[in-house]
Amino acid sequence: MSGESVLELEAVTKVYGEEPPVPALRGVSFSVRRGELVAIVGPSGSGKSTLLHVIGTLEPPNSGAVRIGGVEVARLSDRELSQLRAREIGFVFQQFFLAEHATVRENVADGLLYAGVRAAERYRRADEALERVGLSERAKFKPTKISGGERQRVAIARALVGHPSVILADEPTGSLDSATGASIMELIRELNAAGATIVMITHDAGLADQLPRQIRLLDGQVVSDTAKGEAP
Amino acid sequence: MSAKGGRLRLDDGLRVASVGLRSRPLRAALSALGIAIGTAAIVGVLGLSASSQAGLIAEINQLGTNMLTVEAGQSFTGGAANLPLEAPARITLLDNVQQVAHTALLKDEKVYRNSMIPAANSRGLEVRATSLNLLSVLNTGVARGDWLNEGTASEPVAVLGSVAARQLGIDRLFPDQRIWLGGQWFNVAGILDPSPLAPAIDASALIGYPAAQKYLGYVSLVRGEENAGPPSTIYVRAATGHEAAVQSLLAQTANPEAPYEVNVSQPSDVLTARAAAAGAFNSLFLGLGVVALIVGAVGVANIMIISVLERRSEIGLRRALGATKNQIRTQFLAESILLAVIGGVVGVLAGAAATAVYASSKGWAIVIPVEASSGGIASAILIGAFAGLMPAVRASRMPPTVALRTV
Repeated sequence: MSGESVLELEAVTKVYGEEPPVPALRGVSFSVRRGELVAIVGPSGSGKSTLLHVIGTLEPPNSGAVRIGGVEVARLSDRELSQLRAREIGFVFQQFFLAEHATVRENVADGLLYAGVRAAERYRRADEALERVGLSERAKFKPTKISGGERQRVAIARALVGHPSVILADEPTGSLDSATGASIMELIRELNAAGATIVMITHDAGLADQLPRQIRLLDGQVVSDTAKGEAP
Repeated sequence: MSAKGGRLRLDDGLRVASVGLRSRPLRAALSALGIAIGTAAIVGVLGLSASSQAGLIAEINQLGTNMLTVEAGQSFTGGAANLPLEAPARITLLDNVQQVAHTALLKDEKVYRNSMIPAANSRGLEVRATSLNLLSVLNTGVARGDWLNEGTASEPVAVLGSVAARQLGIDRLFPDQRIWLGGQWFNVAGILDPSPLAPAIDASALIGYPAAQKYLGYVSLVRGEENAGPPSTIYVRAATGHEAAVQSLLAQTANPEAPYEVNVSQPSDVLTARAAAAGAFNSLFLGLGVVALIVGAVGVANIMIISVLERRSEIGLRRALGATKNQIRTQFLAESILLAVIGGVVGVLAGAAATAVYASSKGWAIVIPVEASSGGIASAILIGAFAGLMPAVRASRMPPTVALRTV
């Protein structure tokens, strides 16, 4: 697979606390090209979540460079970072994080709330995104009235709605039973086939094995990356 | 990277600011209640005092603000001065004077229920001789019985002011109802309504000038001629709009030789001032309202702090969706202000409703001072901003990763 890099990490380190310092990431480097589907896999404590936060610009690294769409994020203000998140990054969380008082359609449309898109356009694109995840008929439901798998589909639609450069999925099947999880994985592969760049974080090696590329993390370091021909 | 387009439109901003209220309406209602009670108390107190004042002033206007009184003051040497006997007649000749009535205080005469009452128990009641047109000038009516007429004015017949009747224990009239006045029996012909413009009349027993002359010897000699008098108070109705002009001429006209011995006043002015004082709001209730507002503010601050803690994942999600720190801070600040303003609006409406109900039950005009309602809303906005500031800053400073870690 070829294409420009949408995501580049260069010797990224992240240390928590002062006394004693707890290193979470120790010189992580890799890049993701447009259209890739990547699994970042590792046991708990390996630094996966920290890596997701750093990639998602929710947390700055202590050293090293993170580039999204060619932009060096360390130089951006809070405002610029927020716009970057609003336009270039879609998040999918294990706990879905849907607003319970709002409808499915409103939840998805809120994915564009901070991107400066007018309401009518937000709803039009939300309908489109719901169509893509196969939930058009649930648009008027509240999240409390639909199943866990459907909720995760709503969350995925919310991440998709702004056509971001990269979708970051944090254990997207972690709260689901295995059959539902499999259907979510199926959806993720479909979306990728349609062009979406997706980085998925998981502790489940079996799940990671289903994806074209796996980056294995252990104690804050990349131990293998199948894109470089390293065996998992 | 352009930050343009990152701002929320007003309708989106309002929708976001009301998320907390819509998802927890009961909690929002309870925390707005404190502010509503405080605002209602303040608006109610201000509205009721304004309405009661308006009611009093309406009453005064009904009595007529064009009445002027001329009274004998003090002489140059400090003794009591007298008005000339012919003063009422001279005042009648002035331009823009519509009606003139007068009374004479009979200083040495007292009135009692009967002859057995000790002389010291006069209860502060006075005896006055009066001209027969007094009631139309004072705009007072007769509560019971009859007013004096040409015939009874020269007989031992009295009419009692409302306070005098009460003090003497006479609340209804019998044909032979009598009082002990100036050492002799007088029949009681009638009892007057209260006359707010001339409170002295209320505490008086009124008799005709001829009777005062005949039975009580109240006479003055003018050019060798005996006449009942002189008057001590003259009541003047001026044409509306010319009160000041008439007032400026009265002293000179009443007593050209010694105008400084004459006191001229406009009783409705005094009453209006008194109404203004009576209308001054009850500071105790106002204080209670302020205390309720402060308690309400603490409640809103408390709810906002809890809300920020509870909604960590929402804050994290919004940050992940591209909300800036500023937008998070604005969201929670706006939510707090919205909460307080809802309370304020409900409070203003409740206070206005309470005022309306009470004022209409009293027959007053309903007056809600603009300062009360706009001040109520303005203070709610301030309270909301004040109460929400700290929680909003906390929310904006919360790192998104911490916010997202909570489940």
